[in-house]
Amino acid sequence: MEIVKTEEVSKFYDKVRAVENLNLKIEEGEIYGLLGPNGAGKTTTILMLLGLTEPTTGKIQVYGYNPTTQPLQVKKITGYLPENVGFYEDLTARENLRYVARLNGISDKKSSEKITEVLSMVGLLDVGDWEVGKFSRGMKQRLGIASVLIKDPKFVILDEPTTGIDPEGAARILELIVKMREEKGITVLLCSHLLHQVQRICDRVGIFSKGHLAVEGSVDKLGEMVAGKSGFFLEVELAEGKEDLAEKINNLEGVREVTRRGKFLSIRCDQDVREKICRIIVENGDIPLQMKGRDYTLEEIYVRYFQEGG
Amino acid sequence: MSALTSIFWKELADNFGSRRFIIMVVLICLVGIFSAYLSGQVIKTEPLQTSTEFLFLKVLTLPSRSLPPFIYFLGLLGSLLGIIFGFDAINSEYSRGTVSLVLSQPVFRDSFINAKFLAGLATIAVIFMSIFLILLGLELYMFGILPEGEELARLAFFLSVSIIYTGFWIALGILFSILFKQTTTSLLTSIVIWFFLTFFIYMVANVVADQVAPITPEVTKEVILKHAKIQSIIMSISPGTLYGRTAEVVLNPSIRTLGPGLPEIVEGLILTPLPLSQSILIILPQLITLFLLMIVCFGISYIVFMKQEIRST
Repeated sequence: MEIVKTEEVSKFYDKVRAVENLNLKIEEGEIYGLLGPNGAGKTTTILMLLGLTEPTTGKIQVYGYNPTTQPLQVKKITGYLPENVGFYEDLTARENLRYVARLNGISDKKSSEKITEVLSMVGLLDVGDWEVGKFSRGMKQRLGIASVLIKDPKFVILDEPTTGIDPEGAARILELIVKMREEKGITVLLCSHLLHQVQRICDRVGIFSKGHLAVEGSVDKLGEMVAGKSGFFLEVELAEGKEDLAEKINNLEGVREVTRRGKFLSIRCDQDVREKICRIIVENGDIPLQMKGRDYTLEEIYVRYFQEGG
Repeated sequence: MSALTSIFWKELADNFGSRRFIIMVVLICLVGIFSAYLSGQVIKTEPLQTSTEFLFLKVLTLPSRSLPPFIYFLGLLGSLLGIIFGFDAINSEYSRGTVSLVLSQPVFRDSFINAKFLAGLATIAVIFMSIFLILLGLELYMFGILPEGEELARLAFFLSVSIIYTGFWIALGILFSILFKQTTTSLLTSIVIWFFLTFFIYMVANVVADQVAPITPEVTKEVILKHAKIQSIIMSISPGTLYGRTAEVVLNPSIRTLGPGLPEIVEGLILTPLPLSQSILIILPQLITLFLLMIVCFGISYIVFMKQEIRST
């Protein structure tokens, strides 16, 4: 089931377009990574999904509700963790969560158990009675995830959840996101500009660039798509480095280009032809000492869509 | 519990726990006790004032030799109180990043601003009621008499007018807290407006009135009247003036008219105290203007906030 559906959604600020003709679909139960450089329109998209800002044109549906006209229904089932989430620093973690629970219409009696549950899930049970002002950034971010979970959401939107957090803390947060989906069946929309960090937990990613969805699909599929344009790279070290080998390999089907530097061959090809290349080398009386495939694909995704947006 | 009441109680708790609250309460209590005590001394020592009718109102309104009466301070401190509880209502939530936290919950956006405004009003109401109770205690200590009936009604009415007046300044503070991202900017702007409306307006009124109807040695009665009228109209822009006039009439049952009392009007009047309803009739225009000012100010804040985009950065 599609739980989020946008049709030709655009958002303009004065005359600057932030989002243009966006068609986004998110399936129930998946972790969808909305990736793109800063300023690509990710946060604007989220705000529109929650009804915190209105789209200029186009239609949005979240669980069948229109966020602009029915924001409360949307926000009842959607948890949102904003970038730089803030808490009341003079209140303890528990008090902050109790306040969030109250805003969701959960009575204090019911919420106290739930608070313990979510605090232990995010690993903050021991510091639940600390004032939030004493928390580190990573802890605040985990408290943010706790605050999202308190209302038992069906759908969670996380905006840059790992930005500005040390690698260990980031790994913990990613683990939590996976846990959320595994244990509670929550659909997750994850926004980030850190492709390398989050791609491994996303079922599907959409790459956002300059206000529109440039490519979409699973990470593997995206890799193949990019590879289709630029190819795989192989580097082969030969024992002797016979001169005519380069030309013979170049004649193989699926090989685009071969360059030779002494005993090294750099091969660019459309598909995986390592076996054939080895055979040719051996048949011609040479021996491949080592063969390295260079995985350029994600790097290329990064360069193509991320760097340009700044 | 609805979201509005949840936010309201949270804000109220924040207000009561804040340092600014303690400072202002201490200040108001000190000023109140001193000025009321001195006014009480005047009543005690001057034989003409010995009538015990509306004694508490006199304690509030009679100037002493060294200090203006308490209602003067209440007008001044009330407006400051309003600004202090309003100027960072919204922008401090933005800078803490808590606007997104609250508004991503199933909460109507207007609940947020309404709850803040109401919590401000409630805080003010509690402060004012406490100071009146303290002053009543002071009166009981000095004279052994407590107000009854008509006097209490006038007090209660005055209390509500004071809350509306302060409400205007809260609304003004909230408006600037929405318009400006920095709390220092909104505080400064509020203070500048406060300064202008409280002090500067007198000068403006005088200058304009002198230009339109200059008072020369051979001036006629009509020109003096015109001069006073122009002055009065310009000063009516200031909620402080409106509040001052209302306080004067509500707390002084013998006042029949606002503005210059010409001999042909005042002559032959027997200065018996008016009932409260008659006093209210006299200052009805001022009251309505004051109330409208508050509503308009809050209305603008409301509209601006509803249209604002809630971004956490």
